[in-house]
Amino acid sequence: MASAQDVAGGVERKGVHRRLTASEVAEAAERRDIRNRWYLILPALVIIILAAIGPLLIMVVYSFLAKGDYGGVTATFSTDAWVSVVLERDIFDDTLSFADAHMIIFWRAVSLAAYTTIATLIFGFPTAYFITTRPERQRDIWLFLVTIPFWTNLLIRTFAIQELIRRDGIFNNLFQWLGIIDQPIQMLDTDFAIALGMVYVYLPLMVLPIYASMEKLDFRMVEAGYDLYAGRLAVLRRIIIPLVKPGIIAGSILVFIPAIGAYVTPALLGGGKKMMVSNLISLQFGQGRNWPLGAALSITLMAVVLAALMLYVRNASRASVRTH
Amino acid sequence: MASAAAVEARGVTKVFGAGQDGVRALDGVSVTIRENEFFTLLGPSGCGKTTLLRLIAGFDFPTEGEILLYGQDIAPLPPFKRPVNTVFQSYSLFPHMTVGQNIGFGLEMLGRSKAEVDARVTEMLRLVRMEELRNRRTSQISGGQQQRVALARALAPQPKVLLLDEPLSALDYKLRKDMQIELKRLQHETGITFIFVTHDQEEALTMSDRIAVMSKGHILQVGTPRDIYDHPAERFVANFIGETNFLEGQVSGVANGRASVRLNCGGAAINATLPSGFQPNGKVTVVVRPEHAQVVGSGSAATIRGTLENIVYFGTDTHYHLRLEDGGEFIVRQQNSRTNPATFAQGDSAGVFIGDNAAQVLRD
Repeated sequence: MASAQDVAGGVERKGVHRRLTASEVAEAAERRDIRNRWYLILPALVIIILAAIGPLLIMVVYSFLAKGDYGGVTATFSTDAWVSVVLERDIFDDTLSFADAHMIIFWRAVSLAAYTTIATLIFGFPTAYFITTRPERQRDIWLFLVTIPFWTNLLIRTFAIQELIRRDGIFNNLFQWLGIIDQPIQMLDTDFAIALGMVYVYLPLMVLPIYASMEKLDFRMVEAGYDLYAGRLAVLRRIIIPLVKPGIIAGSILVFIPAIGAYVTPALLGGGKKMMVSNLISLQFGQGRNWPLGAALSITLMAVVLAALMLYVRNASRASVRTH
Repeated sequence: MASAAAVEARGVTKVFGAGQDGVRALDGVSVTIRENEFFTLLGPSGCGKTTLLRLIAGFDFPTEGEILLYGQDIAPLPPFKRPVNTVFQSYSLFPHMTVGQNIGFGLEMLGRSKAEVDARVTEMLRLVRMEELRNRRTSQISGGQQQRVALARALAPQPKVLLLDEPLSALDYKLRKDMQIELKRLQHETGITFIFVTHDQEEALTMSDRIAVMSKGHILQVGTPRDIYDHPAERFVANFIGETNFLEGQVSGVANGRASVRLNCGGAAINATLPSGFQPNGKVTVVVRPEHAQVVGSGSAATIRGTLENIVYFGTDTHYHLRLEDGGEFIVRQQNSRTNPATFAQGDSAGVFIGDNAAQVLRD
């Protein structure tokens, strides 16, 4: 009996031992796996550090240095740049006053980006819906058409729009020839021109993510909505929009971020009469010779974008959760 | 008026696509579905049963013909104005809403007060025995539970007609059996007309008040499960539902709704029932269900004779596979009993007795 027990115990012990080894092997493999994963993302990490985090750090450092006389910075700590983001120093008596010019420019950038986001959403959502509801083969053609503008340089496209809406441009000539107007209308160098250009440039960035979401939408949900007495508007509001919301949020972010720093479009179509935040920043690094202020303004802009997005995403995700 | 018509289809044709490529999913279908009835559309996939359901729901519109709901043509009504609700095959529950919100959605859209919606949701949850899952997301519940939610959601607005599109096909066997009983109970308790689509003949037989058997865009036969099973009018119906033996014969006379048929195999004459309004003459096919015939010795009691090729014991019953004298095959299913064990063996010559009301003449 005793020997049998011993054998049983031995087997058991051996079993335990073997099991431990197996789990150790598994752990070691997992450790190795994780280490390999780090090697795999190393190139990406290097690029992110060099191209994104590095420049950002430089900007932060520069914003706390004093400006050099001919641009650049001097290695002395100074908060002058941050003070002049919000406050203006009078050149004669050195008194500080609120820098409302900066605030107006910031506000202009935020509102232009917001309008652009809303306008591209209004035009982009039906476009995405239209493409989604086409037969599968046609969809590729429509998507291709949406992405065509990306093939041409932004500057060239903006000049093309200028050509269209100039005083003696194609639109004015066409409308006059058709007898719709007798005097050419001023379109170039107006807010309308900026709006037109912004929507034109950023529309694909709204359409594509919404399409990607909508393509996954199960249209039987829509039928279920109709079946349960929801009219067309209710189906749109209560079923389609909540279900494609990830696409709407992604599209809004993709449009809002570049739109807030838009440079070419407002300058060329708006006539440069109103300074945009990107003009303001580039001015500091150029003729203004105030790199610290430029850096501080850039960081402020980034903070504004982040705050706006956080607010938006929070509201958007809360709106869909209703409780009975 | 228990027998008032709830839904009536008159010469409904549905063609998908146009011209040469057009597919006739339904071809001149006429059927009347009575109030409070559990009515089943039964047929193989592609027979048009789901199309007919979608036409009633309003997701598609008939190419020809009209559909009446309580005598009123519903062609001009969009789906959201029809007092009809659907339980979808895939359930189609709204993933961004809770179980309770799903069930209350229809009533909410009808503009009912929050209190009324809440009360009704509670009532429906109790009806499908899911009270405790009200605030769950639909992704957090099992397939069987989703099925119940889909049912509760469709029943909550108290539709005049409930359409069920193969609602049990995604469930496993055990759950399907439970839900069959559950559905029958719900139909009984709510008194709502159910139109149920399935390709499962057993499901159709056990649940329905009446069945319409469909094939290739046509309704072949409408009747009670017993009618359809015992008196199939066409070969397709006889074949699709249950196991069947086919025998060829010549009609020698018709009297009192019965035909006297002289069987080609063996030459014996049997009495067979007829499809209503059918006057057979000459060559006909009769069907005999395996359990409606008895295996007997090859003596004078036998209607047809042959050799026992195979005997399969199933516990409750035994299946006898006979090779008939004319080369045909005939299956008899006989219930087993302890007191009367079977005395036949494989290879024996044996006969089959076909009683007076065991055979049915087919229309085709």
